[in-house]
Amino acid sequence: MSYLSLSDKDKAEMLARAGAGSIDDLFGCIPEAIRLKRPLDLPPAQSEIELVRSVEAIGRKNDGPALLSFLGGGAYEHFIPTVVDYLTSRGEFLSPYTPYQPEVSQGTLQAVFEFQTLVCQLTGLDIANDSLYDGSTGAAEAVLMAQRITGRNKVLVAGSIHPQYRDVIRTYIRNLGIEAVEIGFGPDGRLDRDALAGALDDKTAAVVCQSPNFFGIIEDVRALSEAAHAVKALSVAVVAEALSLGLLEAPGKLGADIVSGEAQSLGLPVSFGGPYLGFMACRKEFLRQMPGRITGQTVDRDGRRGFVLTLSTREQHIRRERATSNICSNEALCALRATVFMETLGKQGLREMAWQNAQKAAYAADRLAAVKGVKRKFSGPVFNEFAIELPRPWAAVDAGLRARGIIGGYGLEAAYPGLGNAALVCVTELRTKDEIDRLVRALQEVLS
Amino acid sequence: MINEIREPLVFEISAAGKRAVELPALDVPEKRDLLAGVPVRREIEGFPEVSETEITRHFTRLSQKNYCVDMGFYPLGSCTMKYNPKVNERLCALPAFAGSHPLAPADLVQGNLELIKTLETCLCRIAGMDAFTLFPAAGAHGELTGMMLVRAALEARGNARKIVLIPDSAHGTNPSSAHICGYTVREIKSNEKGTIDLASLEREMTDEVAALMLTNPNTLGVFESDICRIAEIVHSRGGLLYMDGANMNALTGIVRPGDMGVDVMHINLHKTFSTPHGGGGPGAGPVGVKKELEPFLPLPVVTGKKDGRYALDGDRPRSIGRIRAYYGNFAVLVRALCYILSLGPKGVREIAEYAVLNANYIRKSLEGEYDLKYKTPSLHECVFSDKLQKEYGVTNLDIAKRLIDFGLHPPTMSFPLIVHGALMIEPTETESRRDIDIFIEAMKAIAREAKENPQVLHDAPHVTYVRRLDEVAAAKFPVLRWEKKD
Repeated sequence: MSYLSLSDKDKAEMLARAGAGSIDDLFGCIPEAIRLKRPLDLPPAQSEIELVRSVEAIGRKNDGPALLSFLGGGAYEHFIPTVVDYLTSRGEFLSPYTPYQPEVSQGTLQAVFEFQTLVCQLTGLDIANDSLYDGSTGAAEAVLMAQRITGRNKVLVAGSIHPQYRDVIRTYIRNLGIEAVEIGFGPDGRLDRDALAGALDDKTAAVVCQSPNFFGIIEDVRALSEAAHAVKALSVAVVAEALSLGLLEAPGKLGADIVSGEAQSLGLPVSFGGPYLGFMACRKEFLRQMPGRITGQTVDRDGRRGFVLTLSTREQHIRRERATSNICSNEALCALRATVFMETLGKQGLREMAWQNAQKAAYAADRLAAVKGVKRKFSGPVFNEFAIELPRPWAAVDAGLRARGIIGGYGLEAAYPGLGNAALVCVTELRTKDEIDRLVRALQEVLS
Repeated sequence: MINEIREPLVFEISAAGKRAVELPALDVPEKRDLLAGVPVRREIEGFPEVSETEITRHFTRLSQKNYCVDMGFYPLGSCTMKYNPKVNERLCALPAFAGSHPLAPADLVQGNLELIKTLETCLCRIAGMDAFTLFPAAGAHGELTGMMLVRAALEARGNARKIVLIPDSAHGTNPSSAHICGYTVREIKSNEKGTIDLASLEREMTDEVAALMLTNPNTLGVFESDICRIAEIVHSRGGLLYMDGANMNALTGIVRPGDMGVDVMHINLHKTFSTPHGGGGPGAGPVGVKKELEPFLPLPVVTGKKDGRYALDGDRPRSIGRIRAYYGNFAVLVRALCYILSLGPKGVREIAEYAVLNANYIRKSLEGEYDLKYKTPSLHECVFSDKLQKEYGVTNLDIAKRLIDFGLHPPTMSFPLIVHGALMIEPTETESRRDIDIFIEAMKAIAREAKENPQVLHDAPHVTYVRRLDEVAAAKFPVLRWEKKD
């Protein structure tokens, strides 16, 4: 295939105008010694028919999507209304760049302004940015932001935060002189308050917790925020399952100063981990330390309302090495998807969807805990996922379930060796009672 | 006419009780007291309530306020706004990929791992590097990853060093990314040709310098012809050469960064490999390295096994660690591989050939009409300035806004910082001569208007949904969300 649009005549005439005898002449500035003298070693070109055939063939080697899945852990299979795909696949949204020319980008800018408002409403905070790459890098950005705001170099990070998010935080802070101290969890799966109290001091920039945490447990954000504020540290709430905000009290109302999260649940397919959608909201006094793009309302010369990218003196293209972040391209199209999703679900729909998640997860947890040898790992309250403890190693149980066409959950042993034979099970609104019952029966068979 | 219809915010058309979605009835016994004792919200205050008809019209109308590549010429320099093939959208959305969970065990996602490995191999061959990681989520994220690799490799040699050299023509993400890796940035002045001044480099390249971050071709579209000597200077003082591959569109199949002495680089898949920009992402910024840096690549690494199966290696003690959860912007990777597979070796070379032809055609056509500060031959983009028009009080902003009236997207104006009043034009290879000629004629007409009727430029754009917006007021009195009026 070729996506060129020049005829042979065009090429000849354009070369002549460019003052070049041949295409090669145009590259005369590249030293001969390093020029590639042979064709690239790539597979031969494919027509659309061949491309579809070969890529579909690669796709068929994925056995996962055909199975009944109870996987969560930061990536959630939720209902995506058809209008989300339909509207966001319009070329007018898909093919422009960052809205640097606001007069011809009002569609994107107004949608982002709506996104910022929706994120503020969900999180209970004053301001939100246009997006970050994902939940993991967003958590790292929140840590850097807390360090800038407080001038302190120690963060207390809950051990119950998504293990990969914690890894990313560690990678980001490694060269910046910031220390991350991990705080463990108690038998209820919630952050260990005594350990937190022991670690908090006047060098602490922030307490970073995730709610619901990686085990699905809803943290006591109010108590953690109060503990942080007592030493003038910030409370950072990470939200990996944004749908939970449809039901649970907004973290901003519980004292969180920065909420940084992953909004994949709001209209994005799981898509092997990306693209996803990092979002961030904070109190308005921290506006100047916020990373990423921000859209603001203004007026044009005729006094009509319009929207522009604003407060860009925080950003790398103005401030260079003193910017609040190096982020440039973010996840604008994903933010648009989330905007369409949230507006389509609306006030009632989002709450109902969240409620169904909680109900179905509770039903599944009760039924699974009734299977002989199986019990709940933690006693704390959950949203749509929960950890179970099994009488046998997860690898064996998993193999048995898969033989029955089910991915029953995510084994916790690799990330949390101390937890023994435990697995994380997620149940969203897409799982029917019959499917949950099928999982329960399969587990009974595997364990009997 | 469409521009006269004001589109309200969704919150302004919302009315209590309306909805666009019904869920099936709950099919498990409902526990009314579930979550008792946990703070639960009664409602999401202010959240919109609208019908599906209203949603569809709202976003369809909003879409019509956007200019986009599907509509016309979009010569935004350094952003590589090329055509985005539609089949790639279809393929990355296949349920086999879109429905594949990132925590599924490796044996259930063999297709994904094969796809990642195949794209890594293609990029290694195009760039002449030894290994790639595909997980950075954007160009700047790739820079950050690349500079972390530099630091790790130098630490392994015994000294991470303190300084990173960056030319004054570089994009702002370069210094910002180096900074997050704990480095101090020192700027290198460009010479009269717009390229790196070798004497300055010789002077600045001390044993405190970790790396030179170089964009090649640079933001003027000019190839650093002294690249081999530059690499030699950097290497001889124990530093590493980082190449910002944002402008790789000028080089595919012509020359490989790995053959120029580059140790580590990133490529923007949303530029060179045609994945849609989406109004500002998602992109992807894969990072390529030479052998020495391979042990430090971020986790995990996809490996091939003897039985032809693929595995994920997360046990690499020298790795810099994870730079993002899961496997980066996977659906973007699918699109980029589709692009490479459709083009093949000849097609990938033609990317550079025709991007450079189109840019030089524009450059020659507009020379004389607009000032060209640097006369050095350029590749895939050319950077004019408003110097000639300034004489009539016309700035690059006026020129840009007037182009909009001609149905065109303006060039880049915010950089390179070494050209005041810059107009950075990058046509890419996918444009037709007709569209390029329309742009050239518009630019010429605007040059005439600048002399004869500058006011029409100051007042531009005239035909858009909104006219010039007050950006100063937006920053001074920030209104960053809708709020209910009492």
